[in-house]
Amino acid sequence: MASTIRVRATATGDTTEVQALIQHPMDSGFVKDAKGNLIPPHFIQQLAFECDGKTVFLADWGTAVSKDPYIKFSFKGGNKGDDLKISWVDNKGASDTTTAKIQ
Amino acid sequence: MNLRPAIRLASVAFGLATLLSAALPAGAADSADPAADAKAFQNYFTTKFPKLKLADFVNGPYSLNEDMHRQWVEKEEFPPYEFSLEMGKEMFAKPFKNGKGYADCFDNGGIGVRQNYPYFDEKEGKVITLELALNRCREANGEAPLSYMKDEMAALTAYMAFTSRGKPFDIKIPNDPRALAAFENGKQYFYTRRGQLNFSCASCHVQNPGQRMRAEILAPALGILNAMPIYRSEWGGMGTISRRFTSCNSQTRGVPLEPQSDEYRDLEYYLSYVSNGLPISGPGARP
Repeated sequence: MASTIRVRATATGDTTEVQALIQHPMDSGFVKDAKGNLIPPHFIQQLAFECDGKTVFLADWGTAVSKDPYIKFSFKGGNKGDDLKISWVDNKGASDTTTAKIQ
Repeated sequence: MNLRPAIRLASVAFGLATLLSAALPAGAADSADPAADAKAFQNYFTTKFPKLKLADFVNGPYSLNEDMHRQWVEKEEFPPYEFSLEMGKEMFAKPFKNGKGYADCFDNGGIGVRQNYPYFDEKEGKVITLELALNRCREANGEAPLSYMKDEMAALTAYMAFTSRGKPFDIKIPNDPRALAAFENGKQYFYTRRGQLNFSCASCHVQNPGQRMRAEILAPALGILNAMPIYRSEWGGMGTISRRFTSCNSQTRGVPLEPQSDEYRDLEYYLSYVSNGLPISGPGARP
């Protein structure tokens, strides 16, 4: 399957702007399906962005984040061509990782 | 039993029937001028929103409100339909079990043809929509049909719309009374009030586009299908034209029809025709 992470990182001056879109159901555990059964919680617990081995963004997420989350932030540093590694782990132990080049 | 009233009733009924049958074709001939309808329809919207160019209407509510327009520009940088688009591309390229593929069912291999759908099939005497054509393609090749509402069907139509972006809607009404009747039927469906709220499609999408319905800004009917399928944040996912029609019907507290029923196909025919000339912008994203 294709990666669940889309990322775009652009360096301008001394900051890098990062945008990412992650495909994940982010079930809160409070929603019922069509038959009335609770859909068990299934959400990303930790999301990390690393640039050159250094964590630049770390998020501890819970059930309040929406489905297919979109995230945007910028950090100081990062040059064109640097590797940006993105990874997430969810409450069921599933995870995904991808690496993108800063543009 | 006295026969006379019965005969009188019968003759009245007969008289009415002849009157109706005489009046209907004449009435239909008077009003059925699709080209004039489309012109009037587009004029109505361009007069109502003088600042907008015709092509702006394909972005629906995002063109009507500055604040939302800014959100849209940002959203388009990283559109939420990207995952679906990629899935559609993969599905489209993957052959069926018999070795054939979707490309074999469509002109030009299915690339850049969205603007020609729906079309009127003179053999069948009915309107053929893209969603219907896709499922027929599957069935002709021994595959099970897809649900019309979302997921795979939305992904496929998203990919086909994407390859047709910018091409103007080019819906034709052939010289066939049944085609004209389908157009008229779609028009009638569009303007007929229904449901417990007694709304027609036009109540929201012709009378009140740009107004708020609770937190939503109503989209203009002009260009509304150009952006299909759409990722709706409200749905938390993708939806097809079938999903749009059925959910509109249930939101007015009416009973939705079966997806791809004759009425919906005629409605899609009408709505697409009156948006002729406006570019395909699908897949779209809506709040």
